[in-house]
Amino acid sequence: MSPKHTIRLAVDIGGTFTDVALDAPRRRVSAKVLTTPKAPERGVMESVAAVTAKAECTLRDIDLIIHGTTLATNSLIERKGAVTALITTEGFRDSVEIGYENRFDQYDIYLEKPQPLVPRRRRYTVPERVSAHGEVLRKLDEDAVHALVPVLEQELVDSVAVGLLHSYANPAHEQRIRDILLEHLPKLQVSLSSEVSPELREYERLSTACANAYVQPMMAGYLDRLDRALRESGFAGQLLLMTSGGGVIGIEAARRFPIRLVESGPAGGAILASRIAVECGLDRVLSFDMGGTTAKICLIDDGQPQSSRSFEVARAYRFLKGSGLPLRIPVIEMVEIGAGGGSIARVDPLQRVLVGPDSAGAVPGPACYGQGGEAATVTDADLALGRIDPQAFAGGSLALDAKAADVAIDASVGKPLALNTQLAALAIGEMVDENMASAARVHAVERGKSLDERTLVAFGGAAPLHATRIADKLGIKLIVVPTGAGVGSAVGMLAAAVAYEVARSLYQRVRDLDPAIVNAHIEAMRQEAYAVVEKNAGGMPLAESRTAYMRYIGQGHEIAVSLEPRALELGDRRGLQEAFEREYRVQFGRIIPDLEAEVLSWAVNVGTQVEQPKPVAPTSTNTTPAPSGTRRAMDPESGDFIEACVFRRERLEAGARIQGPALVVEDETTTVVGRNWNARVNAVGYLILQRLE
Amino acid sequence: MSRDTALARIRAQVMWNRLIAVVEEQAQTLVRTAFSASVREAGDLSAGVFDLEGRMLAQAVTGTPGHVNSMAAAVGHFLARYPVAQMRAGDHYLTNDPWLGTGHLHDFTLVSPTFHGERPVALFASTVHVVDIGGRGFGPDGRQVYEEGLCVPIMPLARGGQANADLLAIVRANVREPVQVEGDLFSLMACNDKGSERLCEMMKEFRIDSVEALADHIFAHSSAATLDEIGKLPFGTYCNSVIVDGYDHPVELVGALTISKDGIHVDYTGTSPVSSFGINVPMLYTTAYTAFGVKCLVAPAIPNNAGSLAPITVSAPEGSILNAPRPCAVAIRHVIGHVLPDVVFGCLHQALPNGAPAEGASALWVPQLRGGHGVSDTAAGGTPFNVLSFHAGGTGARPNKDGLSATAFPSGVKSVPVEIVESIAPVVIWRKEYRTDSGGPGRMRGGLGQVMEIESAENAPFSVYAMFERIQHPARGRSGGHDGAPGRVSLVSGQTLRGKGQQTIPAGERLRLELPGGGGFGDPRERDLDAVRDDVRDGLVSKEAAAASYGVIVDPHQLDTSP
Repeated sequence: MSPKHTIRLAVDIGGTFTDVALDAPRRRVSAKVLTTPKAPERGVMESVAAVTAKAECTLRDIDLIIHGTTLATNSLIERKGAVTALITTEGFRDSVEIGYENRFDQYDIYLEKPQPLVPRRRRYTVPERVSAHGEVLRKLDEDAVHALVPVLEQELVDSVAVGLLHSYANPAHEQRIRDILLEHLPKLQVSLSSEVSPELREYERLSTACANAYVQPMMAGYLDRLDRALRESGFAGQLLLMTSGGGVIGIEAARRFPIRLVESGPAGGAILASRIAVECGLDRVLSFDMGGTTAKICLIDDGQPQSSRSFEVARAYRFLKGSGLPLRIPVIEMVEIGAGGGSIARVDPLQRVLVGPDSAGAVPGPACYGQGGEAATVTDADLALGRIDPQAFAGGSLALDAKAADVAIDASVGKPLALNTQLAALAIGEMVDENMASAARVHAVERGKSLDERTLVAFGGAAPLHATRIADKLGIKLIVVPTGAGVGSAVGMLAAAVAYEVARSLYQRVRDLDPAIVNAHIEAMRQEAYAVVEKNAGGMPLAESRTAYMRYIGQGHEIAVSLEPRALELGDRRGLQEAFEREYRVQFGRIIPDLEAEVLSWAVNVGTQVEQPKPVAPTSTNTTPAPSGTRRAMDPESGDFIEACVFRRERLEAGARIQGPALVVEDETTTVVGRNWNARVNAVGYLILQRLE
Repeated sequence: MSRDTALARIRAQVMWNRLIAVVEEQAQTLVRTAFSASVREAGDLSAGVFDLEGRMLAQAVTGTPGHVNSMAAAVGHFLARYPVAQMRAGDHYLTNDPWLGTGHLHDFTLVSPTFHGERPVALFASTVHVVDIGGRGFGPDGRQVYEEGLCVPIMPLARGGQANADLLAIVRANVREPVQVEGDLFSLMACNDKGSERLCEMMKEFRIDSVEALADHIFAHSSAATLDEIGKLPFGTYCNSVIVDGYDHPVELVGALTISKDGIHVDYTGTSPVSSFGINVPMLYTTAYTAFGVKCLVAPAIPNNAGSLAPITVSAPEGSILNAPRPCAVAIRHVIGHVLPDVVFGCLHQALPNGAPAEGASALWVPQLRGGHGVSDTAAGGTPFNVLSFHAGGTGARPNKDGLSATAFPSGVKSVPVEIVESIAPVVIWRKEYRTDSGGPGRMRGGLGQVMEIESAENAPFSVYAMFERIQHPARGRSGGHDGAPGRVSLVSGQTLRGKGQQTIPAGERLRLELPGGGGFGDPRERDLDAVRDDVRDGLVSKEAAAASYGVIVDPHQLDTSP
C-alpha cells in the first residue's frame, strides 16, 4: 500500500473459510481458518492470531489491516437484514417490485420473481415530484412525512431507504425527508438513493438504496465490534474495508455505504490476477478462479480488470440472470457460474450430462470425501480420470475414496448412458469444461471483447486441474498458475488501493453540452471522492480518473468513455463525440455516422497510486527436473489413459521445464499439463504453461 | 457400447452444447449492436443455426416466443428462392415479408450461409424488429399490408461480401429512421458472421466437415424426449375457446388440441374471420405462439430445434384471423398472437393432472405516444416525440401459485424505466403501480394489473396509438377462480377512450391506463386465510373485496401490528 506501511495483513471472510495473508518486509505468510458465521469477528481474530503467530509478530506490529467479507452478501441472500421501510414518490409504490415487468426464464411458467427486500406493507409514498431536469413539479408534502413517523415506530422499523423519482437530479426532497425523520427518530438509519446510487433508472437506484438500508444496522454493528476487538488486542494501525469495486475504504464510509462491501472476495481475486498480469507483462488476461462451488471469470486488459456499475445479488435461481436483486454500485465485472469441484453431475431426459449449478458443498462434499455424499461431482470425475492423487489431496490431510467416486459416477452418469466409469467421468469433465468455456465466450462478447491472444491466469483450488482443457476450447495458448493460489483473494487485497468512485447522472446531449453545468457537477463528485479517500490515504499521492457514460441518442445501454481530468470547454463537444465514437468502434466494430451522442451519467474515481509489481526477470537457468513418479491420467482429446509424469511443485526450481502430459502436485491443488502443453517455472515460482502448435 | 461409439456420443453432447452457446453468442452480438429499442431493451430478436436442408439445429433463447419456429419456416422459404448451390461465401439474404418472415413488416429476417473451407456447411438466420418501416407506423389502423410500410421480398442484402447498395438506398428512402434501420441490417450481418465464425472454429476443433451427423443426433434425442413427454399425457382431443376484444368487434379463438402418440396437433377451425384492421395473424406466427404454449406445459426444458418442434403441429383455416392471407393488415398481430397460449392452456388443463394456469392479461399493452406536428386537429403542438414502451398486466394464477403481477407472459420483453422515458420525451408519468383488486380472486390469486397516468410535460396535446386488449373480455378464472379485472383506457378527468386506434389527449389532460389482471385459480373461499390477510395488509386486495370475494372479514386492528 504505502511505503510507510511495513506490515500489512489482509483477511477475507468466505462462505467456508476465512483466509488471511500477511506481508512482512521480507516474506509473506498465510493461514486459513473456518468461518464463524454467528460471530464473524471471532474468525477474523482467530485467523489474525494464527497468521501473526506464524510470522512471529503481534497485532501491535501490524500497520494496516484490509478486510473483505461476504457478510453483506450473505445477509441479502439469507434475508437476515433489518426491518426496513421505503419512502417513495406517490404513484410509485411498486417500482422496486415491478422492475422490468419481465420473466427471467422464458419457459418456466411456475417461476417466482425475486421478492424485494422491503415488502409492500412497509413501502410508503409521499406526495412530491421532481422532473427529469430536476425541477420541482410538485412540492414535498411535509405533513405526509411527519405522519409517517408514528407508523415507522409502530412497525418497529430500524432502517429506512428514501428513494424518490429523479432524485439524482435534485436530492432536496430526499434530504428534507431524512431531516424530518431524524428530528423525531434520531436513532433511525436512513439511506438516501441520491447518495447511495445517484443514477438514472428507478428500479436499480431504489433497489440499491433498499439493500443499503437493509444491511446497514447489521454491518455497522459488526464493524464496530471488529474494530473494538482489534483495538483491545493491541492493534493500533488502520482498518480498511475491501469494496466490490476493487478499492478499499475507511470504516466511516463503509458504515454509510455498506452495500459497497458485497462481493469483495472475488474482487480480491481479480486484483491478484491483475498484478500477475503486470508482473508477467501480459496485456490481455482471462482470470479464471474456480473453487468448490463456482467459477469466476474476469477480463483484464492492460493490468486493469473490467469494471461495471451494475451487479445482481442473491439470485434466487442460481446464476440465472434477472433472478436476483439489481445493485448499481461500482464493481469489478465478472461472470460467476455454478461450476466448481463440488458441482453435481446428472443426466437429463435428453440423455445429456448436466453439471451444476447445485453443489455438494463442504458437507457432505463430493462422494470421494467419504462423508456420505452420493452424488457424482467434478472432483469425483477428476479423481477417476487420474488427475488427482487420492493420497496427496489437501496436503494429504483428507485421503480420498476412489471407490466411492466410481460408484457415484456409475450411478449418476455411467449407468443411464451405458458408459464405463472412466468415460462417464470424461463426459462430466468435458461438460463442465465446455460450460466454463461457453460462459467465458458469452461474457467476452457481451463486453465487446475477444478471447484470442489472451493468457489464462488460473487460481482457486479447482482451476489448475481444468485450465489446459478450457484453454484448448478457447484457443488460448498461454496459462499462468501463480503460487499460493489457495488464499488468492486475501493476497490480492494486500495490494488494493484506497479508492472511491462517485457516479451521478446528469443528462447532456453532446451537441448542446453546457460546460459550466458539467464542470460544477464533476467538481461536486470530486470533492465527495477526495473527502472519502484522503482520510485514509496517509498522505500518499492520489490519482484521479473521470468517465462519461454515453450512448447514441435513444439507445438502451451506455458505454464508458474516459475523460481527461480537467474542466470541459465548449470546444470539447466535438472531442467528446469523437472519444465516444472511438470507444464505440472498439466495442462494436463500427460507428453510426452523423448520429449524435448523449451522456447519461458521469463518474469520478480517486485512489492512491499503488506501487506496480516489478516485472519478473527471465530465468537464466533451464533445467529438466526428474519426476517423483508417474500416474495414468485421461487424455480428453483421445479418450485414452496415458502415462503422465508427476512432479511436486515445491521441489521445482526456477527455470525447470516440464513436457506434458504431466501433473504438478501441491497441497491445495494439482496443475494438469495436457499432452499438447509444456510448463516452465518462472523466477518467482509461477508455472507458465504453453500450448505446443 | 464400443469405446469409439461412447466417445462419439460424448463429443456429440459437447458439440450440441457448443452450438447452443454459438447461437447465444450470435444473439448477444445482435443485442449489443442493434438500434431498435425493442431488440436491445426487450429482446425482440431471434438467432439460430440450420443445416443445409433448412432444419433448425439450435436457437437462442430470447425475449420473444413469436419467433420460436417461425424463423425455421422462413429459412425454408429462403432456400426455395435461393438454393444452397447458388450461394457463395459472404452472401446474406433478407426479407421482411410478413408471410415469409415472422408475421409483420417490422421484422427483418436475414439468412447467411456458412462456408467451411470451400463448402457450404450450414445456415445462420437472425431476426430483428426495426424501429420503423414507413407506412402508417406501428399500429392497428392499416386496412391492408400495403399501408403498413415497405415490403422487401427475399433478396440479397450482400453478395460475396458486397452490400446491396440499391436495396439499402430503397430502405433508407422509405423509413423514418434511416440511419438506425440501416444500422440494424448491418447488425444482422455481423451477428450471422459471428455465428459462422464460431461454427467453423468448432468444426475445426472437433475435426468434422459436416454438421449432418450432429444434426441427426440432436433431432433424434430431442424428438424422442418430446414424444416421451407427450406420451405421458392422456390421448384425446381437448377443446377451448377464448374471446378477446378485437379491433371493432370481438374475436373468438377456437382451438382443438389433439394428443396422440405422434405428437400434439392444434387446429383453430371455428376461429373468427380476418379483421379489417392490423390485428390479423399470418399462419407462421400462429404456429409460433401455439407451439410456445404447448412447450411451456409439456416440455419446457427441451431446447428448440427441428426435432423437438416437429411433434407439435398447428393448422388454421385460411381466411381466419389466425391464418390471414395477403394482403391483410398484420402490423400488430401480437395482440391476438399473445392470447394463443391461453387457448392452449385451456385445452391442456383438461389433460394435465394438476391443471394449467388461468388466463392472463396476455397481450402486452404497448402505448405508442406521439407529440408534435400533426398529432391533433388543433395547430398547437409541443416538441415532436415518439415513444414506444411495453407494459404488462397480471398473469393467470397457477394451480399451486398466485399469478405474477405486472409481468409479461407469453411475451418475454422488458419495459423501459419511467426515468428514461421522461428523459427522452416531454412526458410526465404520474403514476405506475399495482392496481388494487385487479387480480382475479381464487384459491390462487391472479396477478395484478397496474395503473399508469401520463401527461404532457409541456401542457401540449399528444396522441396515443392504442392497441390494448382485454377491456371488454377479461382474463377468465379457472376451476372456480374468478376473472381478472378488465382493462380500461380513460382520461383522469373521467372520459373513457377506445382500446384500439389513434386518439388525442388534449393539453392539460392525463391519460390513464388500467391494465388487466390475471384470472384466479380455484374457489377463492378456499384461499389460505393468512394469504388473504397478507394481501389486504399489502394493499393488493381491499378489505371490501376480501369480504365480498373471499368471504374473509379482516379486522383492521389485526393489520396494524406486524408479525
